Amino acid sequence: MLFRPQKAIHACRVAARLAVLGAVVAVLVGITSLAPRGAAAQPQGAAQPRVVAIGGAVTEILFALGLGDRVVAVDQTSRYPAAARRLPDVGYARALSPEGVLSVGPTLILAMEGAGPPSTMEVLKQASVPVVVIPDGHDREAVLRKIAAVAKAVGAEEKGRALAAEVSDDFAALDAMVKALPERPRAVFVLSASGGAAVVGGSDTSADAILKLAGLTNAMAQIKGFKPALDEAAMSAEPEAVVVMRGGGQVLDAATVFALPAFAGTPAARDERLVALPGSYLLGFGPRTPRAARDLAAALHPGAKLPELPARPWSAEPDQ
Amino acid sequence: MSMEGVAMATAEAGTRGRPVTAGLTLFAVLAVAAFVGALAIGPFTIAPGRVFAVLWDWITGAQPAGSLRERIVVLDVRLPRAIVGALAGSGMAVAGALMQGVFRNPLADPSLVGVAPGAALAAVAFVVFGAPLLALLPPPLQVVGLPLAAFAGGLVTTLVIARLAEHDGRTSVATLLFAGLALGALASAGTGVMVFLASEQQTRDFLFWTLGSLGGATWMKAALAAPFVLGLLAIAAGLARGLDALALGEAEAFHAGVSVERLKRTAVVAVAAGVGAAVAATGVVGFVGLVVPHLARLVIGPSHRALVPASALLGAAVLLGADILARMIAAPAELPLGVVTALVGAPFFLWLLLKRRAFVG
Repeated sequence: MLFRPQKAIHACRVAARLAVLGAVVAVLVGITSLAPRGAAAQPQGAAQPRVVAIGGAVTEILFALGLGDRVVAVDQTSRYPAAARRLPDVGYARALSPEGVLSVGPTLILAMEGAGPPSTMEVLKQASVPVVVIPDGHDREAVLRKIAAVAKAVGAEEKGRALAAEVSDDFAALDAMVKALPERPRAVFVLSASGGAAVVGGSDTSADAILKLAGLTNAMAQIKGFKPALDEAAMSAEPEAVVVMRGGGQVLDAATVFALPAFAGTPAARDERLVALPGSYLLGFGPRTPRAARDLAAALHPGAKLPELPARPWSAEPDQ
Repeated sequence: MSMEGVAMATAEAGTRGRPVTAGLTLFAVLAVAAFVGALAIGPFTIAPGRVFAVLWDWITGAQPAGSLRERIVVLDVRLPRAIVGALAGSGMAVAGALMQGVFRNPLADPSLVGVAPGAALAAVAFVVFGAPLLALLPPPLQVVGLPLAAFAGGLVTTLVIARLAEHDGRTSVATLLFAGLALGALASAGTGVMVFLASEQQTRDFLFWTLGSLGGATWMKAALAAPFVLGLLAIAAGLARGLDALALGEAEAFHAGVSVERLKRTAVVAVAAGVGAAVAATGVVGFVGLVVPHLARLVIGPSHRALVPASALLGAAVLLGADILARMIAAPAELPLGVVTALVGAPFFLWLLLKRRAFVG
């Protein structure tokens, strides 16, 4: 058998290239890791608690309590106020990275129910970072419960009661307005419309809850959860309006929605009646929920004159 | 790779001692470097020196160095993660090399025999319907409920495919291929039904699982995956000589004294168990099984005796390297690992394809 110098040379050349490539990657990664990170991982002895807020409503409540300066990181769904969007983002609430969360040096994690995965929560528990789970829910009581739970976890019960009283008043004002409305127009919440099929909010969803709060009938209540609606079912539900989310990369406009076969010939398409509100405002079920419901009601009960809810410091900032 | 090419290269393997040794050394260095990097680098800032102090004290059982959080990050997050990553990477790469050898097709990878689709179906079924089942498991096993389901799903699917392809004690590679295709499609259809039944949140959970991650790596997962992956590596090493003979053709291998039937069956079962365990621990991480064996062949040639250990080392290095990127790019959030491997793997594969076209025409 012959020794083939070309082959050996070729192999050596490939090996050399790979080695260079590996070295480059190693250097790059090394640089990334050496770059100073604002959030040093030395929380011990710090007087101020360092809170990681998981869930849009949790973040909003913390800021509404005036404790925004204690929040050191948030999750993907925390979009309000703008100061929260500038904080480090630990990603999707149900796929948290244990080391990522620990890297911001938290002393407390406030997480909406369902945050995970369990393995990450286990690591955080071992690292003796207290994790307080905030119960979720989509009604007045649930919002007040969230406020009370967050306030208790950060030891701001007094402020929590004040915030809860304001939100409770807002709900009462909303209820009074909605009760006086003569009609309950039929509306559909459209989550997305990729590939020509509308994914709508059926019963048992946050979308269903906000429609009800706004004095609307969920035209898709026969579906459970967020599901693609059969075109004919959506048509025969005769919706008078379509509600969509705005912001966060959503590009659902009236032209797109009413071009869907599902809405062809419906009253909503005829009148081109579509309301777009910021997602975290509309479906977040935080302190601003009564306001979102009022805005929705005002937009979809055209005859009625609905007064604005009293201005609150924590809702002053425009959303996105 | 043309058959003549394989045959020539195989016959030649003995004379290529130096590049093979050099290549294996290179891959071993890369694997060790990636493992050390996986321990030393992460979004949680610890000086590398302290990382190794913590490790050293843990190994020697001395009074532990470092703060509680440093110890937890090193010993309970990074170390099990690096071990699971190394296991999964080498398991997937070796499985790819085995499948390419058995099917004598450079495009073969473990998903051909239905491991990934079967595991995905079981995983999504578990996400949707598993909650009551989970309550039955003892608490330490609850965390690994989904991995166990995925493992069982991958294994069962592959065994069914292997059984379908067997006739009169002979396994037809073509039938294996088509049965794999058909059952894979069936499993995907089942996955579709589950996704339809799932809630918005369950769908997202499943989607993240299909993108793969080492984020949930725990000692428990490492311990559960290790025997299957190490078994796969050992079996692959044992089959290497037979696979080299098989590269010349089934009849040729038979005349060379290789029990071709047994080889095929052993390979499929080992791949199902090993990759099933890897997929269960990490979710679906694409392209490692397909690309790493090719990358290894570029350096050490096609002989399976070198290819199996080379793929194991390089697979571990590649997966750990990709995981370092996945952890650092979006820190403190984490990029799905499968996204990183596909982003790097797919263009590389394309390059390989075009480059080979330049040779073959």
